[in-house]
Amino acid sequence: MTKAGPASVEFRNVSMRYGAVTAVDNVNFTIEAGKLVTLLGPSGCGKTTTLRMIAGLEIASEGQILIGGKDVTKLSAADRDVSMVFQSYALFPHMSVLENAAYGPTVKGLGKEQAKQMALEKLALVGLKGFENRYPSELSGGQQQRVAVARALVLEPQVLLFDEPLSNLDAKLRRRVREEIRELQQDLNLTVAYVTHDQEEALAVSDRIIVMSNSRIAQEGAPRELYEQPANAFVADFIGDANLVGVTVKSVAGGRAEVAIGSAMISLPARDLGPGPAKVAIRPEALLLSGTAGPASLPGKISKCAYLGNHLDVMVETEIGELFVVQYGARTMLEPGAPVAVSFAESGVTLIPPA
Amino acid sequence: MAPATRLVLLIGWIGYALMPWYLVEGMGLTDLGWLAGYPFGKAGSALALALSGQAPWLLPVGIALAVATAFMGSADRGRAAKVLIGAGLLGMLLFFAQAFAIVLKDQGIPWLAALLGGAGAAQRGMGGGGFLTLLALLLLLCHGLAYRGICRGDLFTTSSIGIVILLIGLFIFFPVWIILKSALIEADGTFAPAAFLARFLDASIWGLGCVTSNTNCGVAWNTLVLAVLCGVITTLLGLACALLILRTGMPGKRIMRALTVLPIITPPFVIGLALILLFGRAGAASTLLYEWFGVPRSRWLYGLPGVLLAQVLAFAPIAFLVLIGVVQGISPSLEEASQTLGAKRWQTFRTVTWPLLRPGIANAFLLGFVESMADFGNPLVLGGNFEVLSTKIFFAVVGASYNQGQAAVLAIILLAFTLGAFWVQQRWLGDKSYTTVTGKGDAGLPTPLPRRVSWLATAAIVPWVALTVVIYVVILIGGFVRNMGRDFTPTLEHYRTGFAIDFSNGIFFEGSAWSSFFTTVKVAAISAPLTALIGLLTAYLLTRQRFRGRGALEFATMLSFAIPGTVLGVAYILAFNVPPIEITGTGLILIIAFVFRNMPVGVRSGIAGLSQIDKSLDEASTTLRARSFTTLWRVVLPLLKPALVSALVYSFVRSMTAVSAVIFLVSAEYNLSTAYIVGRVEAGEFGLAIAYSSALILFMAFGIALIQFLVGERKLGRRKIVALSSSVSNPITQGAAS
Repeated sequence: MTKAGPASVEFRNVSMRYGAVTAVDNVNFTIEAGKLVTLLGPSGCGKTTTLRMIAGLEIASEGQILIGGKDVTKLSAADRDVSMVFQSYALFPHMSVLENAAYGPTVKGLGKEQAKQMALEKLALVGLKGFENRYPSELSGGQQQRVAVARALVLEPQVLLFDEPLSNLDAKLRRRVREEIRELQQDLNLTVAYVTHDQEEALAVSDRIIVMSNSRIAQEGAPRELYEQPANAFVADFIGDANLVGVTVKSVAGGRAEVAIGSAMISLPARDLGPGPAKVAIRPEALLLSGTAGPASLPGKISKCAYLGNHLDVMVETEIGELFVVQYGARTMLEPGAPVAVSFAESGVTLIPPA
Repeated sequence: MAPATRLVLLIGWIGYALMPWYLVEGMGLTDLGWLAGYPFGKAGSALALALSGQAPWLLPVGIALAVATAFMGSADRGRAAKVLIGAGLLGMLLFFAQAFAIVLKDQGIPWLAALLGGAGAAQRGMGGGGFLTLLALLLLLCHGLAYRGICRGDLFTTSSIGIVILLIGLFIFFPVWIILKSALIEADGTFAPAAFLARFLDASIWGLGCVTSNTNCGVAWNTLVLAVLCGVITTLLGLACALLILRTGMPGKRIMRALTVLPIITPPFVIGLALILLFGRAGAASTLLYEWFGVPRSRWLYGLPGVLLAQVLAFAPIAFLVLIGVVQGISPSLEEASQTLGAKRWQTFRTVTWPLLRPGIANAFLLGFVESMADFGNPLVLGGNFEVLSTKIFFAVVGASYNQGQAAVLAIILLAFTLGAFWVQQRWLGDKSYTTVTGKGDAGLPTPLPRRVSWLATAAIVPWVALTVVIYVVILIGGFVRNMGRDFTPTLEHYRTGFAIDFSNGIFFEGSAWSSFFTTVKVAAISAPLTALIGLLTAYLLTRQRFRGRGALEFATMLSFAIPGTVLGVAYILAFNVPPIEITGTGLILIIAFVFRNMPVGVRSGIAGLSQIDKSLDEASTTLRARSFTTLWRVVLPLLKPALVSALVYSFVRSMTAVSAVIFLVSAEYNLSTAYIVGRVEAGEFGLAIAYSSALILFMAFGIALIQFLVGERKLGRRKIVALSSSVSNPITQGAAS
């Protein structure tokens, strides 16, 4: 078998319709070969449909899909060099771990011995040596997940797809498995498309993230870019927490804007916005609480304060509405009703267009 | 073209050029006399007959094949697709045109026959060659469609869809269409709606004589009244039993489960037969009553009371099976919630339990209703002057007053009734989900039944169970006494008559029952795997594949569920007695009848089984490069094994016990057990009939146990004891409406 190596995936104006419902609406993106790209979004945003279109489990209603530069739009899943790890793992319950892993080469018609060797190699890779003869029902959730990964890897596909692979694992295990997936992807130089609705997971594993909302792409970029430069209110709110506040841009000069947030005036990167109404996304950790008020701060009053171990969650009542503030480090609890001044950190406050 | 398409072409040419095109009498591999004159003559191939000018109308069909073959090497997928679709479609069109235009002399479609060059000609029924050619043309069309990207370009899927549609069309819709046609069209071919209306509105069908004067009511009313009574009583009994078992400490859950298997393996008229032996004029109970209490012997059993009693005994277990599921599906925590809100037991039952039960009860009622409508054996044995639609159809076809038009009209009415009930069931209950147990922490205890209800239920159940036990005792011992009711001398005479084997000269099956017994087992054994195959394939297509017209196919399959056996039997005898499909009197028609009569069982257990298998397993297999056939074979089928077994067992058993459909189709050469027993009952030979019946029942009980033992052991593990009842009875709750 010739090893095809990782391939890029390209969507050109792809749409998917079921009757009157549009699940994916005119989507364009490229996944570079050897990169891990996450499709991130709330449930029903079209991310899983997009993934299934890469796999060939859904045939796009419109547009073109290319894998490795080759048009595969009309090819069925069995004809594409793509494997998938399912949310439910979809391990065949009547087959042993080895038979599951060897399924791909077996149905491809490779010899029994060769199929077994290929399966054993990948099972060892995911750390399941010695489990070959067990049945899926005899494995833990994490082990089942590894079998699913091994099974998908055996044919060394050009593209590997993950559909919410961690959703059936407990919180502690999730962190470990996602690191393993990332290591595997980098070690084997795989092209991976990864669907999740967990933004933290997406930030942790991805080279790039495609945020989807209402069947469309809301923003695409590197994790850091998305967090620090959200293109719109949806992305700001979906990735990390954000206070979204309506503001007025007073003036723009030299790429910086003078912005009135309530009675406070601050200077922010203009991001191509002109004077007029706009919004800012303020990360909770970018709000600083102090006793003394200044021109760049807002007067407020503590309404709630919750202790969460390494940080405090504080709600502050101000003239622009209730603001959510996170304070890290050991601090004393704040009394509800106490007056405070809220000022803004250098980073973590981003100007975004009005909705 | 794909290798599979080349194979199809090969099959087509074998059918067209090599195999005998027509069905030849006396075909067999032992005596080759029927092959005289091959490749010309009676057993000639289409190619030879067409080229020699004996049957020029077969030539265009061959040309369609030839065109497809000419493009065999074509690498252009798009053009190959077009050619295949054109050749397949046109070939099938020409095939059907000649098949229906040129039949017997002076029948068929004369103008079309003249157009095809066969004016005034006649041809016999299609045989193996014709069938293979048709199959090949169909598959060419399906492959062509697949090349165009239909069903994601999967050859197996499109081919399966094509085959299922062709089979359902040929063996369900075509016969039903023939019934409709023969009701409207006279034997001489004239369209006669007036005669149809006259027959349809006849007083013997819709008369209300029993209300207004002292004559008989019409059969339609008889049938309806019987069905409604049967539905109500079986539902009440089933409900009482389900409530008692699940909601009181009543023992005997196992026994009741086991009892529910009995009606499945009991041929439907056997209950009626046992009732005659008990309560008939010379029955055991009647004699006791007469001798001890001087109660005069009477004929009360023959008529509505007797038929109703027999049907209730036969069908109440089905209602029980449905309702026990419904009662189990009511979450105890709902009732506990009601109680914590201050409702008394009776209030809880009335305001929570009962409304949740209601849809299930309606469902059970409809099942009892439809079963009663479709029942043929009990009214035949016990009806007397009380005629119902199914028996009247029978007598219109086989009786002294042969009347094909009347049979067709009666069949249409019966079909309308059952389709109506089926429609109500689908529309009204189809979408409702009764199950409130979600599987998430439903740990509550079911509320005990109010005392009033449990007394009432017990009062209904005890006589029913007692009577059922007595009936089966009668069935078992009836064959061992000289004459049940009159002469209780033990004897083996009946068994000797039926099942004697002469060992004096090798083994010779001397008994009169052997021939029909062997035919039955053979036919049932051949049709069961075919039923399971077609049923599961259809279920797979319906649940796992998306294609245009899936809704229509689903609807067509569902419709076929509602056709009563009697109607199917009449339809078959009308449709398959003349070319192009002339198979009455053969064993083939029995097999086909069983396959399509039992197909709903296969489809239903397939759908039930497939809904247990997560779709992502199929998809996982597909993304690992498996084609849909490989997926079906390696992933779905192994997981579907329980459903497969239950479909096999159940369709085998149903074939063994069926009466209604096949009583029209049996012949001297191919007689079946049930038809033979009915014949003995009509001749008054009750001893032999009951002996044969109990032999059948024991044979099936043994067979089911054996299959369970062989196939089900590993899978079912510790639950082996209940396995017999559960896996066999599963399809009945789903398939009872058929």
